[in-house]
Amino acid sequence: MTVTTLRTLEEDSMLYDLTGVTKRYTQGRKTVDALAGIDLQIAEGEFLVIQGSTGSGKTTLLQMLGALDRPTGGSLIYEGRDVAKLGEGDLTELRSHSYGFVFQSFNLIPTLTAQENVETALVPWHVGGEERRRRAREALAGVNLADRARHIPSELSGGEQQRVAIARALVREPKVILADEPTGNLDERTRDDIIGLLEELWRERGQTLIVVSHDTWVAGRASRRIWLDAGKLEAPPVDDRPGAAATAAPVPEPALRI
Amino acid sequence: MFFTYIYRELRRRHRQALLTALGLAVGVGLVVAVTAYAGGVSDAQDTVLHSLYGVGTDITVSQTQKLDQAGPQRFDMNPGSRSQQGKAFSRDVVRSSPGQQSLSTTKVTSVKSLDGVAQAVGGLTLNSVHVSGNFAEAFSQGSAQPPSGGSSSGSMPAPSASQAPIKVTSYSVAGVDVGQTGLGPLSSTELVSGRTFTASETTTKVAVLDKAYAKQNNYTLGDTIKISGAKYKVIGLVTSSAGSSSGSNVYIPLTLAQKMSDNVGKVNQIYVRASNSNDIASVKKEIKTVLPKATVTTAQDLASQVSGSLKSASQLADTLGKWLAIAALVAAFAVASLLTVSAVSRRVREFGTLKALGWKSRRVVGQVMGESVVQGVLGGLVGVIIGVAGARLIAHFSPVLKATVGQTATAGGPGGTAPPGMQAALGQAAQTVAVHLTAPVSLQLVLLAVGLALAGGLLSGALGGWRAARLRPADALRRLD
Repeated sequence: MTVTTLRTLEEDSMLYDLTGVTKRYTQGRKTVDALAGIDLQIAEGEFLVIQGSTGSGKTTLLQMLGALDRPTGGSLIYEGRDVAKLGEGDLTELRSHSYGFVFQSFNLIPTLTAQENVETALVPWHVGGEERRRRAREALAGVNLADRARHIPSELSGGEQQRVAIARALVREPKVILADEPTGNLDERTRDDIIGLLEELWRERGQTLIVVSHDTWVAGRASRRIWLDAGKLEAPPVDDRPGAAATAAPVPEPALRI
Repeated sequence: MFFTYIYRELRRRHRQALLTALGLAVGVGLVVAVTAYAGGVSDAQDTVLHSLYGVGTDITVSQTQKLDQAGPQRFDMNPGSRSQQGKAFSRDVVRSSPGQQSLSTTKVTSVKSLDGVAQAVGGLTLNSVHVSGNFAEAFSQGSAQPPSGGSSSGSMPAPSASQAPIKVTSYSVAGVDVGQTGLGPLSSTELVSGRTFTASETTTKVAVLDKAYAKQNNYTLGDTIKISGAKYKVIGLVTSSAGSSSGSNVYIPLTLAQKMSDNVGKVNQIYVRASNSNDIASVKKEIKTVLPKATVTTAQDLASQVSGSLKSASQLADTLGKWLAIAALVAAFAVASLLTVSAVSRRVREFGTLKALGWKSRRVVGQVMGESVVQGVLGGLVGVIIGVAGARLIAHFSPVLKATVGQTATAGGPGGTAPPGMQAALGQAAQTVAVHLTAPVSLQLVLLAVGLALAGGLLSGALGGWRAARLRPADALRRLD
């Protein structure tokens, strides 16, 4: 009896609850099962790293978590709503209000300045021009790029572009930050910078941070990591077990953040 | 954000954007130029019809002379006696225009009383031929045929070596009903200086001259000219609407014209104005019953008889020009659509990212449409400039178009009674009118042009937008280009 109550409480506090999530892509006559039944729960405030080799379904899983796509089967409950059953309009709504994306190749709009790129995230909210600019400026200052606001992406270094992308993800103060190989196109020093920045923001704001990465150093920073292989969750290889690094980044106490 | 984004995107691919806009501009410009050209041709046709016909004249009635009724022209150039041989002579012969049979003025009254006829006025067109020269030296009844012709201004070579050149000049005279100058021969002219006839000048010897004719013969206002031996005072100068040969050279009161040509109480042309332009066909039928032998010509009949370069021009505008413009427009639309769709395809990640950020599909489509509409507006404006410039160019070179109205029209054929040279002297069998082509550009045309370019922009934008709407936000993550 007591156990059941505890479990229910635990489930309620879960941000994500995935049960048997599958995703099948059809390309011509070929069908690919990118996800072959994922059971996963993610608590609010976690720093989760999804690891796996190329083609293991990491990015597909991230797309499901970010409501970019609907699962083919299973249920994906986010804050009590099954994403698998939501319509296109609701998915758009969910994306604009709950998630912030950071992409491997930054995905900034090449013609717009850093400032304007950050502003694009506020367009779905219909924030007024002045307010929109102010918030974008603040977000850029938050990633130490205030002086680069008027540069277009091609005038910025890779690390700077990724910071702009992070500012774009943060400007709406979303519950979840989803990052797909955020350091994949960066050198080691910049990688440390970017991961450091994400970690710092995660600590300060208590957002849920979900990162897809095959970089063990990045994985070492996470509060939890999962391993994907052929669309299924696997136990991480023995020699890749998190050491002291994992404990260095603990899940903040739920009581500390409201 | 919307406009900034459009501006930035178009600036980034400005070459492609300009190409698209220019394509639309050329298509639209062609439409403007061709439409303006067609409008000019149509105006020219109106001008021709008015000048042949007279403004306000709906129907003309004339009767073609029968072959046997038209005797050969005789000028009595053979010396009457031996004493006249080698002496100078001068003759004036005034006759009803060749090939036109005179009608009694009572016919005018009966036409006037028909249903649907607002006004009917008689007119008498004459030819005055002036022959001067010397009588032949060697008078021989048997060998020398009476010379019966000559070109209008040149000298005619004598049939025999001993005969001196004979000069033949001719001009046309129109008898005008002075009480009705609004309808009749003068209605196809415009007053340049002086005045036309007053209603009381029925028998006053006054004349109105065609300006070109007056200039050619050094006549000015107030001069006195001699017609068939009588002196007339020049009271006014007029030009035919198209400055053509369709009008007469000299206009005099109808009564005097009738007297000098032995046509008292007769006219050879009836000008009819219908009370309603829709009744013209039925009025024509009625006249046919009253005057079964008469040739009844309506403006429409005349238009169908128009031939010459004007007709070619109108056919050119109708066929080649129209299709050229449509083809150019279709090509421009296709190019704009293809370029837009390909631009969208190259921006899959960009639009996917925006969708991942929560942009509604509608908003992304709107962005693509916005870019295309700006290109369309740009193309429309440039197209109007191209079109107006093209129209100006046409008007500047203003090619002279000639229109010829066939023999069955106002002037009947002389029926082969005179050699071709004489035909020219006595009046043209077919009337030729020359007009300058214009290419008017109206506000509606400009609006149409901008509208078309806008439609092209919207069409390409819709196609591009449709392509963008189908992009899935997941593409933003998967595609790495």
